[in-house]
Amino acid sequence: MNTEQPLTADTFLAGLWRENPVFVTVLGMCPTLAVSNSVLNALAMGLATTFVLIGSGALVSLLRNVIPRAVRIACYIAIIATFVTVVDYLIQAISLRLYQALGAFIQLIVVNCIILGRAEAYASRHPPLASMINAAGNGLGFTLALLCLGTVRELLGSGSLLGIPLLGPQFAPWVIMLLPPGGFFVLGGWLLLFNWRQRKQGVKIPVAEVHRHGA
Amino acid sequence: MNTPLPLEQTSLPMIRALGLIALVSGVLIVVAYEQTAPRIERNRQQAIDAAVFALLPGAQTRRDFVLATNTLRAATVADQGDRLYAGYDSDGQLRGLVLPGAAAGYQGVVSLLYSYDIACACVTGMRVLQSLETPGLGDRIGSDAAFLQNFHQLDARLDAAGNRPAHAIVTVRHGRRQQAWEIDAIAGATISSRAVGKAIARSTEHWLPAVHAQISLLQGAAHEH
Ligand SMILES: Cc1cc2nc3c(=O)[nH]c(=O)nc-3n(C[C@H](O)[C@H](O)[C@H](O)COP(=O)(O)O)c2cc1C
Repeated sequence: MNTEQPLTADTFLAGLWRENPVFVTVLGMCPTLAVSNSVLNALAMGLATTFVLIGSGALVSLLRNVIPRAVRIACYIAIIATFVTVVDYLIQAISLRLYQALGAFIQLIVVNCIILGRAEAYASRHPPLASMINAAGNGLGFTLALLCLGTVRELLGSGSLLGIPLLGPQFAPWVIMLLPPGGFFVLGGWLLLFNWRQRKQGVKIPVAEVHRHGA
Repeated sequence: MNTPLPLEQTSLPMIRALGLIALVSGVLIVVAYEQTAPRIERNRQQAIDAAVFALLPGAQTRRDFVLATNTLRAATVADQGDRLYAGYDSDGQLRGLVLPGAAAGYQGVVSLLYSYDIACACVTGMRVLQSLETPGLGDRIGSDAAFLQNFHQLDARLDAAGNRPAHAIVTVRHGRRQQAWEIDAIAGATISSRAVGKAIARSTEHWLPAVHAQISLLQGAAHEH
């Protein structure tokens, strides 16, 4: 199991851009579609997920030599659920309004497969610092993707950004952008843009990766 | 895989790992809970204060009451469940009551607070606390000015015996409102509008008989505690 990669800038940057969890490996679709209907929700969800990624990455990595292979998934889930519980309390302490807006999707961070994917594919094979850096890159890549969706959806669906009206009283909001179909439309648009750009640059999309993890 | 290892060789590391993780998890969760609990409680109280003081202009303090076996009494920290909030001005005069209500809407439970004036026996305002109603359609129950106008003087009188509402508060289709106890629905969001009506109707039925039987308790409570 000596698949350890050296700690480089790429440890951080891979998840942010080249292997962006949403736009490239298409993971974590449930929160991506559900809570990206405003910039604030997208930002809060992204940062909450980043916190869980970093915390669980550190703990999985610290315990990587203690956890037997047979029960590793149970161990990862217990660790991830711990950090989700902590972030749940933190968000309630920061703002109840935000907590209500994110609804059940905070608890559902437990089943976000970006996090389990990082625990299995990275943190269980790398030292804590590298695992945390890699987790931060992926978390911020996820946040960036949510913000891409949240910006478009809030602007078109509410005529505002971060709650500040931008398009004036004449603008009739496209309510569908706030509803689930709007999430699919905007995600489709961004995926189109990403794939078109990558094709133009001749970059191969890591299809194998997508199929290995599923949604 | 053919000859299984003896039990103690395989299971001990698993128990050790899971036990260790359970211990670390337990510590982390308890620490997080203890650190955040006071702020979460403060946020809850502030959210209630904001809603109560917005619904009762002039009110500066509030007292909470619960209804137990048809009798109102001052709430204690141990009391779970719905509360009635009485708002008082700086002289300790009762400025009005704020009551909770909840009913199923289009997607989930709509929960709200409304203010009630004892002298006019009417609802004087309404605020949606939490709803999953569709943005742009159902969620207008919390923002549509014409809809909110319904709750400025909504008749909630009790019958002569004071045991039940004289007329059940009811939501009618948009443009059909004729009586002072009817709520004019938002066109295109009739289901959400009905949820608001049902929530208030149920809540008035539940609370108001006790409120009118114990007016002096509510009026005199400003300086207690
Ligand atoms: C996607 C979708 C979302 C809807 N959301 C709501 C809602 O939140 N609240 C509501 O009362 N009606 C909602 N409706 C409309 C109801 O189906 C129904 O048409 C309406 O409440 C009836 O009101 P009307 O008789 O005034 O048209 C929604 C309809 C669709 C297609």
